[in-house]
Amino acid sequence: MLADKDRIFTNIYGWGDAGLKGAQARGDWDNTKAILARGHDDIVEEMKTSGLRGRGGAGFPTGLKWSFMPKEVGARPHYLVVNADESEPGTCKDRDIIRHEPHKLIEGCLVAGFAMRAHTAYIYIRGEFFNEGKVLQAAIDEAYDAGLLGKNAAGSGWDFDVYLQRGAGAYICGEETALIESLEGKKGQPRLKPPFPAGVGLYGCPTTVNNVESIAVAPTILRRGGAWFAGLGKENNTGTKLFCISGHVNKPCNVEEEMGIPLKELIEKHAGGVRGGWDNLLAIIPGGSSTPLMPKEVCETMTMDFDALREAGTGLGTAGIIVMDKSTDIVRAIARLSYFYKHESCGQCTPCREGTGWMWRMMDRMVRGEAEIHEIETLEQVTRQVEGHTICALGDAAAWPIQGLIKHFRPEIERRIMAHQAVTNAAE
Amino acid sequence: MSIQTIIAEDQPDSFAFTRESEKEIKKAISKYPEGRQASAVKSLLYIAQKQNDNWIPVKAIEEIAKRLDMAEMRVLEVASFYSMFNLKPVGKYYLQACGTTPCMLRGSDDVMRCIKDKLDISSGETSACGKFSLLEVECLGACVNAPILQVNDDFYEDLDYQSTKALLEALEADAPPPVGSVAGRQGSEAEGGATTLKTAKRSKKKG
Repeated sequence: MLADKDRIFTNIYGWGDAGLKGAQARGDWDNTKAILARGHDDIVEEMKTSGLRGRGGAGFPTGLKWSFMPKEVGARPHYLVVNADESEPGTCKDRDIIRHEPHKLIEGCLVAGFAMRAHTAYIYIRGEFFNEGKVLQAAIDEAYDAGLLGKNAAGSGWDFDVYLQRGAGAYICGEETALIESLEGKKGQPRLKPPFPAGVGLYGCPTTVNNVESIAVAPTILRRGGAWFAGLGKENNTGTKLFCISGHVNKPCNVEEEMGIPLKELIEKHAGGVRGGWDNLLAIIPGGSSTPLMPKEVCETMTMDFDALREAGTGLGTAGIIVMDKSTDIVRAIARLSYFYKHESCGQCTPCREGTGWMWRMMDRMVRGEAEIHEIETLEQVTRQVEGHTICALGDAAAWPIQGLIKHFRPEIERRIMAHQAVTNAAE
Repeated sequence: MSIQTIIAEDQPDSFAFTRESEKEIKKAISKYPEGRQASAVKSLLYIAQKQNDNWIPVKAIEEIAKRLDMAEMRVLEVASFYSMFNLKPVGKYYLQACGTTPCMLRGSDDVMRCIKDKLDISSGETSACGKFSLLEVECLGACVNAPILQVNDDFYEDLDYQSTKALLEALEADAPPPVGSVAGRQGSEAEGGATTLKTAKRSKKKG
C-alpha cells in the first residue's frame, strides 16, 4: 500500500480547510516562485522525467503534450484549458480535487501555464458541480488577493489569470475540442483534428487541454522531483492515481494509490471488498463506462495500469472502477450505458447519432430477450461500423461496452433470447 | 425532438435583467478577450434562469443575443443543446435523479420508485401541486456516493427508498436538510472511516 508520505492529495476527503491557509499548511504554494525560476523548458523536462500520463482517460504523456506548444509566442496568445467537465460514468475524482484541494489545481494552472508560455487559464467545470465551483471560485479569489495570481503571480514576474467557466450538462464537452467550442460560446460539437489544439485551439490560438488531476499533481511533482514520482508505480505507468471504486462493494470510495496496484487488493483493502465476498464477483468495468468490462477470471490477477489493462482488451481510462456482483442484470447494466451514450451523442456524425440510438434500442430488446440469436452478430457488426468512423471517440465509447458484453457474456444474452422464445412459443 | 416540445407555450411579453443580474453579467463578460464575449453565453443563460424561477423565456434569449452581439438562433441553439437550461417552467424543487449504471447498481430504481410513490411523477413531469419536477439525468459524477438525487443546485448522496422519502418530506415542509451524504459520510471516504491518511490532521467535523 502507498505510504501516506507519498500521497499527493492529503485533503482529498475534505477533513481540513480547503482555503488558502489550509492549503499552505499542507505545502501548497510553497515558494512557487522558485519553481517558475527554473524556466519553461526545465519544467517540461521535469514533467517528462516523472512519466506522468494524462489522468483524463487517454493516458498521453503530460510533459510531451506540454512540449507541443510553440516555443515562441507569436501574435496569438497561448492558453491553458483545464478539463473539469468530469462526466464519465464511474468517475468522481476531480470533484474531490475541486472541492477539497482547489489550491493544488490553481497552483498547477500557474506552473503548467507558465511552462507552456500562457498567461491565461480557463477551467471548464461541469454545470452540475455548482457547489464545487463555488469553492473553486472562492479559492481563485483568495489566490488573487494573496498575489498568487494576477500581475507578477506569486512574485515570479509572470502575469497569470485563471478564469472559471461553467458547463451546462453535456458529457461531450469532456472531449477537448468540444470543450473548446463550448468555451467559445457554441454547442459542444467536436472539431476535426488536425489541426490539433496546440496549433489552433481556443479562439484559434495555441491551446493545451489537460485533465484536473494531471494539472493538480504537477506542483507536487515539481517540488519532490520527477524521479520521486517515477519511482512509484510501474515502468511506463508511474506515480500515484486517484481511483474511484463504485458499485457492488461494501464501502464505495475514492482513494489515492500507486499505479499498478492489483485490482483485487485495491478493492479489498480500500472498498471493504466485493459485496458477498470476492467469489460473488461477476464483472468489473475498470476505467469509466467506456472501457469494456472484465469477467471475474480476468479481474483475479489484473493490475491497475494503462498497459496491463490495454493488454487485456480494456483500459485504465479515468480509473473509475464499477464493480458488479452476481446479482447484477449485466445486460441491463450495459444497456443503461448504451442509453447514456445515445443521450449524450452531439448529433454531428451520422454513425454516432444514428448508431447510438440503434444500439440502445437493440440492447433494450436484448435485456428482455426480445431478439433473434443472429441479431447478436448484427449488433456486434454495427458496433464495429460506429467505432472509428466518427470525429471524436464518443462513437468508440458507445461501441466498446457492448463489444465487451458480447465477448464475455454472449451465453447470457442467448439464454434470454431462448427463454423469451420459449415463452412466446408456449403462448402460441 | 422538435423545438416546440421543449419551449414553453406560455411566454412572458417582456424580460429585463435586474440590477443584481447586470452586475453578474458585467463580471461574466470581463473574463474573455475583446470580441469574444459570446464565450459568456452560458453564464448569461444561467443568470436569466436564476432570475426567472429556474427557466429561460424566449424574450431572455433575444435579450442575451443583443447583449453578446450574437444571432438569436445561436443563443437558442446553445440553450437547447445543454440539458441544464430549462426553456419551460419547473417546480420549486427540481429533482434530477441520476439513473446511469453506477447509480443503478446502488439502487437508483428505489429512489425513482419513491418519487413516483410519494409525488406521483415520472421523468419530465411536474407534480400536481406544482412544487416538484423530476428529470432522470445522466451521470452526475459522484458515483462512489451513489445513488444521487440533485435538488436544484445541491447533491443528496447515498440515498435509498427511506432516506429519499424523508428528503421529499423535508422539502414538502420547505426545510431542506444539509446537502451531501444522507448516510453521514463527509466526502468520498469509505463508510465507517477512511483506509488512508491516518496521520492527516482533521480540522473539520461533519455537520
